Amino acid sequence: MPKLTIDGMPIEVEPGTSVLQACEMLGVEVPRFCYHDRLSVAANCRMCLVEMEKAPKPVASCAMPCSEGMVIKTNSPLARNARRGVMEFLLINHPLDCPICDQGGECDLQDQAMAYGFDRGRYGETKRAVKDKELGPLIKTVMTRCIHCTRCIRFAEEIAGVPELGATGRGEHMEVGTYIEQAITSELSGNLVDVCPVGALTSKPYAFSARPWELRKAESIDVLDAVGSNIRIDLRGGEVLRVLPRLNDDVNEEWISDKTRYACDGLKRQRLDRPFIRRDGKLKPASWNEAFAAIAARLKGVPGERIAALAGDLCDAEAMVALKDLMAGLGSPNLDCRQDGAAFDTSCRAGYLFNSTIAGIEKADVILLVGTDPRHEAPLVNARIRKRYRRGGLQVGVIGPGVDLTYPTTYLGAGPPTLQEIAEGRHDFAAKLKAAKHPLLILGAGALARPDGLAVQAAARLVAESCGLIRDGWNGYNVLQLAAARVGGLDLGFLPGTDGRGTRGILDGAGKGEIEVVFLLGADEIDASRLGQAFVIYQGHHGDRGAHRADVVLPGAAYTEKNGTYVNTEGRPQQGRRANFPPGEAREDWTILRALSEVLGCKLPYDSLAQIRQRLVDANPVFAHTDAVIAAAWGSFGQPGSLDGPPFKSPIENFYMTDPISRASVTMAQCAEAFVSPATGKTGTHG
Amino acid sequence: MSSAAAIAVEQPESFAFSPENRARAERIVAKYPPGRQASAVLPLLDLAQRQSDNWLPRAAMDHVAEFLSMPRIRVYEVATFYTMFNKTPVGKHFVQICTTTPCWLRGSADLVHACERKLGISMGETTPDNQFTVIEAECLGACVNAPMVQIGDHYYEDLDGPGMEALLDALARGEVPAPGSQIGRSTSCSVKGPTTLLHVPKRQASEPEAAPAAEPDLATAAADDAAATVDAGAGVETAGADIGTETADSGESGSPKTKPRSRARAKSKTDAGTAD
Ligand code: SF4
Ligand code: FES
Ligand code: FES
Repeated sequence: MPKLTIDGMPIEVEPGTSVLQACEMLGVEVPRFCYHDRLSVAANCRMCLVEMEKAPKPVASCAMPCSEGMVIKTNSPLARNARRGVMEFLLINHPLDCPICDQGGECDLQDQAMAYGFDRGRYGETKRAVKDKELGPLIKTVMTRCIHCTRCIRFAEEIAGVPELGATGRGEHMEVGTYIEQAITSELSGNLVDVCPVGALTSKPYAFSARPWELRKAESIDVLDAVGSNIRIDLRGGEVLRVLPRLNDDVNEEWISDKTRYACDGLKRQRLDRPFIRRDGKLKPASWNEAFAAIAARLKGVPGERIAALAGDLCDAEAMVALKDLMAGLGSPNLDCRQDGAAFDTSCRAGYLFNSTIAGIEKADVILLVGTDPRHEAPLVNARIRKRYRRGGLQVGVIGPGVDLTYPTTYLGAGPPTLQEIAEGRHDFAAKLKAAKHPLLILGAGALARPDGLAVQAAARLVAESCGLIRDGWNGYNVLQLAAARVGGLDLGFLPGTDGRGTRGILDGAGKGEIEVVFLLGADEIDASRLGQAFVIYQGHHGDRGAHRADVVLPGAAYTEKNGTYVNTEGRPQQGRRANFPPGEAREDWTILRALSEVLGCKLPYDSLAQIRQRLVDANPVFAHTDAVIAAAWGSFGQPGSLDGPPFKSPIENFYMTDPISRASVTMAQCAEAFVSPATGKTGTHG
Repeated sequence: MSSAAAIAVEQPESFAFSPENRARAERIVAKYPPGRQASAVLPLLDLAQRQSDNWLPRAAMDHVAEFLSMPRIRVYEVATFYTMFNKTPVGKHFVQICTTTPCWLRGSADLVHACERKLGISMGETTPDNQFTVIEAECLGACVNAPMVQIGDHYYEDLDGPGMEALLDALARGEVPAPGSQIGRSTSCSVKGPTTLLHVPKRQASEPEAAPAAEPDLATAAADDAAATVDAGAGVETAGADIGTETADSGESGSPKTKPRSRARAKSKTDAGTAD
C-alpha cells in the first residue's frame, strides 16, 4: 500500500488509487472537469494539475496513480499557475453567455473560473461557434459552451450503454454530438445534464425557468417505479420545477431515470383539487362534507363483504394502512394492493422482494432474467446489471421478451416451459447457475401477474433452491416489482382477508353486482369498465382512469405533497418529505381517510404523522428500519402447477406513460412520441 | 469541415464492399488478435473510400461499423478525425496543396494561384465537371522538396506555378505524370547532386566484412516488405508502402550508388498493387 504526502499530510492508500482520489480522502479539493468518479478516467481537461516533487512538470492528478513516497502539492504556485493557464485556454472558446445560460449558478466552469480565472482575456481572435445538436425532447444543447470533457460520451457509452455520442472532427473543429441527428435513445439520458460540467447540455423542459438560488430544495423518494430512487425536488414558490437525483449508493447511485426526472410537469396538470360527486351522470364539484355525506349515505346498511378496496401503484404506506384499518372497521375482507391482478403467494416476504438488494447485483456472476425487461421496468436496476457486466465475467440468460438490455444476453426461451426445464435441471443454464459463485434470478412482476403466476413463482423458487441461489449470506431470488407502493402494501397486508376477494375477485364481483361499493385509492391501472354498477369512491391526485369512473372523488396528494413512506422492491422503507402543498382543497391521503372514518362511525385511532407511523411499525416491524433492508427469511411459497402458458411479456409497453403522473406530463408525451411510437409503429396519440 | 456540412451532401442510400474488397477486408481483419477487430477501422475505411470514388459516404462508414461490430459513432469519430478521409464527394483528381510554412516559403502560394487560375475554382471547391478538387493541406512531410502537392496517391514535388499548370493539363489529358520531384532531383538529394559523402571511406580491417552490405539489404527488405503488403491489396497499406519506400530512399540517399527514380519504381509497384 503506497504511502504518500499531500500538502504535507501523510496518507496511505490502496494500490491503484489516483492522486486525485487520495486528495479527496484528505479533504483536499482539486478542481476538475473531465474526472467523474463513476466514469472511466479520460484525463483530457488538465484542470486537476498538481505539483509532484521530482516531476519535471505538473501532473494530471486524476490519471496519476499514487506511488510510494510521492510528495504532492496541490496549492503551490506551480500548481495554481498551471490551473490558471488551463482555465485561460478553456475560456478561449467558451462564450461569455453566463447571463443567459441555464447552468449559471451551478456551473463548474463558472465556479472554477472564480477561483482560477483571469479577470480579462488576453485572447483577441474570434471565438469558434459550434452548431447546436438536436438530442431529443429532454436535452437542450448549446454546443459552443462545450469544453470537450467527454463526460457525456463516457456516460452514454459506459453507464447508459447507448454508444451514440462521440467527438467528431479534430482540433479546433472537434464537436461533441451524435454526428447524425438523432435523439439519445436511453431511459437515463437526463443524467447527461447532470454530468455535463458546463451549460452545454441542459434540461430542455426546465429551460429558462429558474435560477438555482431561487429554488427551495426538498429531499424525497421517487414513486414512478419500484426502485425508490432518492431524489431532490426543486421548487419555486409551491411549484415543482425539476427533480434531481440524490446520492444513494445502495439504490440509485447518483442517477435517475428520465421518467423520474422529467415527469414532474405532470404534477401540474389534470389535478383533482376539490371533491366531486357524480350527479346526473356528471362529476360536479362538492364540499368535503357533501362528499363524505354521500359516501356515508351509500355505505349505510351495506354489509362488509359487499365493500371492496384497491390500492394503486403510487400510494404511500400511511394511506394504505389507514384504508386497511378503515376497511377492517367496515368489516370488509375484500382488499388488494395488486391492481395488476397478480395473485402470487405473499406468505413469505422473501417471495416478493429483490432479496439480493440492488447493490448486490454487483456481486452476481450469473443472472437469469425471467419475464422481465429491467431496462424499462427499472432502468436503474438495469444500469447496475450493466455496471456489473462492464467489470467482465457476467453471464445473463433471458427467459421472456428478447429486448436490447444494453449488455449481451443469452436468449433461453420465451415462456414458462424454459423456466420449468431449468427448475428441473434439464437445461444447460441450470448447470451455469449451480456453478456460479453468486447466482441471481430476477423475476418480473409481469410474470407474477399472469393467471399462472402462482406456478411461475413456485418454479422460480424451485430454481432458486435447486441451483443454489439461496446460501449462507446470499439470497439470489429476486422479484422486480414495478410499483412504488407494492412492497409497502404487501408488507402491511393490504391483501384479501379470510374469505376476502383479491383484485380479480373484486372486479368480477363488481361486474356481477356482488360488490356494491369499491374504494379506489389511486388505483388507475384497472379496467374500470369491469366495475359494473358498483358505487366507486376514488381517492387520488389525478383525473385519470379511476376518477373518470368514480361516483365520489376525494382529492388526495401527489408524492411531492405528502410525508410518505415507500418500500422499494428490495424491501427498503424510505421516507419522502413533503415539498409543497396539494392544490386547492386536496389533502394528504391518510388525513382524508382519518376524517372519513369519523363520518362513517369507525374512527381511526391516529391523529398525527407520528401516530400513524407507529401504526405502520405495529403492522410490520420492518417500517421501524427506515432506509435499511432487513433480510427476509427464506420459506416455501408459490404453488407448483402447470407451466405451459403463453410466452412472458413485459407489462410496460410505453416506458414514458405508466401512471397518472407521467400520463399527465407533456414532456413524457413528447418522449413517447419520439422514442416509443417509431418502434411500435403507433402514432403519438396512442400514447 | 463541420459535421453539419458533411451531412448536408447527398448521401447514397447504401454501401457494401465489393466481393474483392470484402475478401481484402477479411484478410486485414485477420491480422488483428481476436476481439480487437476494431483496430482494422482505418484500413477498412480507406478501402471503402477507394471503392466509393475517393470519398466516404455515411453508408460506407456504417458498413464498416457493422463489418467490425463497433458502434457507428466510433467509426464517425475516426473518419472525421483523419483529414485523409473525405466526407464529401471530391473530383476525379484530388489535389492537396501543402501550404504549411516550408512550402509556403518556397512558393506554395503560386501553386494555389495556378490552380485557381487554371481551374477557375477556389480552395476547397470542385470543378463543375467533377474532374478536380483542390484543397489546402497541412505539411505532407515532403518539405525537403517544397513546394509540393499530393494528387490522389502521388506526390509531385519541386513545383512552381507553370509546373503546376502543366501538371493539371497533363491530368486533364488523362495522363499520369511521373510522381516525385519535377525537376529531376533524385529523391531528397541536393538539386546539384550529392554534396557530402562523395567518397565512401575505406573500411577498417577490424570491421566485419558483412557489415556494409547489411544496410542496403535492410532497405531492400523494407521496400520488398512494402511491396508485399501492397500485394495484400489494402489502400492504407499503399500509404505504408510509401513510407517504406521513403525509408528505403533515405537509407540510400547518402550513397553515390543510388539509382535515380527509385521512388518512382516503388510507386509503380504500388500502382500494380492497388490495381490488382
Ligand atoms: S457536452 Fe458537456 S459533458 Fe459533453 S463533452 Fe461537452 S462539456 Fe463535457
Ligand atoms: S480532471 Fe484530471 S485531466 Fe480532467
Ligand atoms: S511544409 Fe509542405 S510538405 Fe512539409
